[in-house]
Amino acid sequence: MSANIETLDPQKDSSMLMQKEMINSNYDALTDTANNGKKVCSTFVPGNLNELIQSFGMLNNLPETNAIQNAMRQQSGGMIQSAERMGHSEDVCTYVKADIGMMSKGNIAPNGKPMPNPDLLLLSYTGCFTFMKWFELLRQEYKCPTVMLQVPYQGDGEVTQNMRDFVVKQLKEEVIPALEQVSGNKFDIDALREQMRRSAQAEDDLVWVLESAKNKPSPIDAYFGAIYYLGPMFTAFRGTQQAVDYYKVLRQEIEQRIKNGQGPITPGGSMGKEKYRIVMEGPPNWTNFREFWKMFYDEGAVVVASTYTKVGGVYDQGFRHDADNPLESLADYCLGCYTNRNLPKRVDMLEKYVKDYEADGLLINSIKSCNSFSAGQLMMMQEIEKRTGVPGAFVETDLVDPRYFSAANVKNRLESYFQMIEQRRQGQSNMIASAR
Amino acid sequence: MSTVDIIKRCEELYEDTYFTAAREWKAADPSRKVIGYMPVYVPREIMHAGNMMSLGILGGGDNLEVIHGDAYYQSYICRIPRSTIELGKTGRLDFVDGMLFPSICDVIRNLSGMWKLMFPETYVRYFDVPQNYQDDIGGNYYVAELQELREGLEKLSGNKITDEAIRNSIQIYNINRNLIRELYDLRSEMPHNVSSNDVYLLNRAGMVIPVEEHNEMLRDYMDAAMRLDNPKRDNCRIIINGSFCEQPPLNLIRSIELAGCYIVDDDYMLVNRWLLNEVPSEGNPLQNLADAFIHESADSAAKYCDRHEDVGMYLLGTVKERQAEGVIFAAPSFCDPALLERPMLTDRMKEHDIPHISFKYAENSGQMQPIREQAGTFADSIKLWS
Ligand code: SF4
Ligand code: SF4
Repeated sequence: MSANIETLDPQKDSSMLMQKEMINSNYDALTDTANNGKKVCSTFVPGNLNELIQSFGMLNNLPETNAIQNAMRQQSGGMIQSAERMGHSEDVCTYVKADIGMMSKGNIAPNGKPMPNPDLLLLSYTGCFTFMKWFELLRQEYKCPTVMLQVPYQGDGEVTQNMRDFVVKQLKEEVIPALEQVSGNKFDIDALREQMRRSAQAEDDLVWVLESAKNKPSPIDAYFGAIYYLGPMFTAFRGTQQAVDYYKVLRQEIEQRIKNGQGPITPGGSMGKEKYRIVMEGPPNWTNFREFWKMFYDEGAVVVASTYTKVGGVYDQGFRHDADNPLESLADYCLGCYTNRNLPKRVDMLEKYVKDYEADGLLINSIKSCNSFSAGQLMMMQEIEKRTGVPGAFVETDLVDPRYFSAANVKNRLESYFQMIEQRRQGQSNMIASAR
Repeated sequence: MSTVDIIKRCEELYEDTYFTAAREWKAADPSRKVIGYMPVYVPREIMHAGNMMSLGILGGGDNLEVIHGDAYYQSYICRIPRSTIELGKTGRLDFVDGMLFPSICDVIRNLSGMWKLMFPETYVRYFDVPQNYQDDIGGNYYVAELQELREGLEKLSGNKITDEAIRNSIQIYNINRNLIRELYDLRSEMPHNVSSNDVYLLNRAGMVIPVEEHNEMLRDYMDAAMRLDNPKRDNCRIIINGSFCEQPPLNLIRSIELAGCYIVDDDYMLVNRWLLNEVPSEGNPLQNLADAFIHESADSAAKYCDRHEDVGMYLLGTVKERQAEGVIFAAPSFCDPALLERPMLTDRMKEHDIPHISFKYAENSGQMQPIREQAGTFADSIKLWS
């Protein structure tokens, strides 16, 4: 669910180069298992157990990330269509079809080398039911050992002890034994603790980075730009020293940007004057990512907070991986991911973002593929408008299916939305002036 | 009573989007409560034991005009949540004290939160079930979830839900499940006497009337149906799969039959067929319900299948047991669980040379002609090649 900077080629800071190297190095390791002898675990982004996987010395392969990479390289459309020709419905999540299409085209990794088959499928389906069937489809293909971690949904907006116990028990009795068996290594709780300690360190810096958007102007774009910042955290690097170093460097860069009074870096260079501060709900579109982003920065719109950047963990509300209670903490991590929170909690979070980040509006990018995000978003928008008074707007795109990105429609929508914000602002300042 | 009279009553219940029967049941005694639930499964015994009627909400069908509901959903989301919102927003559910949203998919899951925001006075519970089938893992989790549900309902109703009462309710629902099994067996045996239209409507009636009344209705219907002597048609025997949540219009079911297919099994309503065997009524009732759920429950796309070898085997078993000649995969448009699972099921059918076709519908689909033609061609091809 997060991307690799290389496909964008914006102005490169050291953090960007580091990020690119990290992501590439993971693909290189994955496609070199014949030599490095590493075992591969396929798992999903939200609620991934990277620290645990790494503590067994295994590599982590994430199909959503592959789909994103393929979308940004304009490969996903063909893959989706070949999955549809194989009998997959046009109605279902396009990540699944991009993944299945990728397999049918030889499973070539973004570095051009064939991806190895996974040694273990680890299904932790946090916040979305599609994962469950996606995983069954992968199992049909790979016929390798599989293990499932069910993460109950926060129906009442809270994590109960029963939920936590259930997850911990599955970790102890199902997931860890499966990892032991496939990796050939015994579970080492100290190695896990060490990973989690590093996770928490990196998480501190990540939160600082995300919250830097409270500055005016915001030194970051907390949606398009933040996708890159989250790459290491959401994928195979949480828990590693590389991630700790990366977030330190990133933080320093942003501190510098704040000192200089600079806005975010965009693919078109440094952003001009910040005119609109937007909160975003929903995942981005990947096939036209750069074009989509440009529609924002051309208008002086910067995203100051987003929910998508919380699908792989909600760190800005206090959660940190806790080395002192490793398994309970992994459970809380999985249970707390954004789409595993109920709708009222999601609305509360958006409301808080609009207020804390002093946003001018809420924009929803509604994704055709993703019921987990999309079902209920119209109501969320109404609630936010009611609670905060800022205007909401809605655009519809897809994740990795290029057929559902209509640039003209999206652009029109955005332009009229920004105009509306502008008019409201004028109206408000006229009212203030006349009150004087 | 004749089958015609019974089915006429069922039809009235089916068409009544104000749920008058349930309203009347509730009005007769102030301690009674009504708890709505959506597909696919909830343990109705627990409600029953607390003097609560569980009311199955399966969307608004094709007669309900959806005005408010559409404002809540994008075009690419299925119909059932919008017509359910319509039922709520138009006051048709104003007598319902609580709503259960089972864990079946992200749409129903999110609807549970929307319901909380829309109707803050109503007891709303997302009803989670285990996808892990180990007794001491998924089983324990589920027992605790059942206990939470029990406590929530006790608080809501002020009625104590004792073990004894649940055991008694288990017995009553065992009878209901047994009768439904008999009904399905009877249809499979004599589909010329027991039409799918009738079976469907009888099932739907069971969603909106007290279980005791439903039990009587099922008995009366079967007694009368067995005595019928309708002509046997040269229809082929097919199974419907994928329709476990949003329901097709009744006309669609009728069209399939008219096109030359006897439906000999289906997954239209699974709540009364979810638990496959008698649930023991001795001992700890929550444990018994959990054991039945974990070890002896129906297969559906809402469940995780933990071994690839088992994927589609339940359906295959039903094909064999019912001596079906083909499968019609009929799923609601945009239904992720059904449509994601479909390719795996069709693969299994191909492996065993079971003829099958697929189509999608919506609860308000109007045009039956294409479906009738597709089903007709399917029936002809089965007859030709068998
Ligand atoms: S439906 Fe949404 S959350 Fe689920 S796999 Fe697809 S994109 Fe991810
Ligand atoms: S029809 Fe399918 S997608 Fe829609 S609510 Fe039901 S199970 Fe979910």
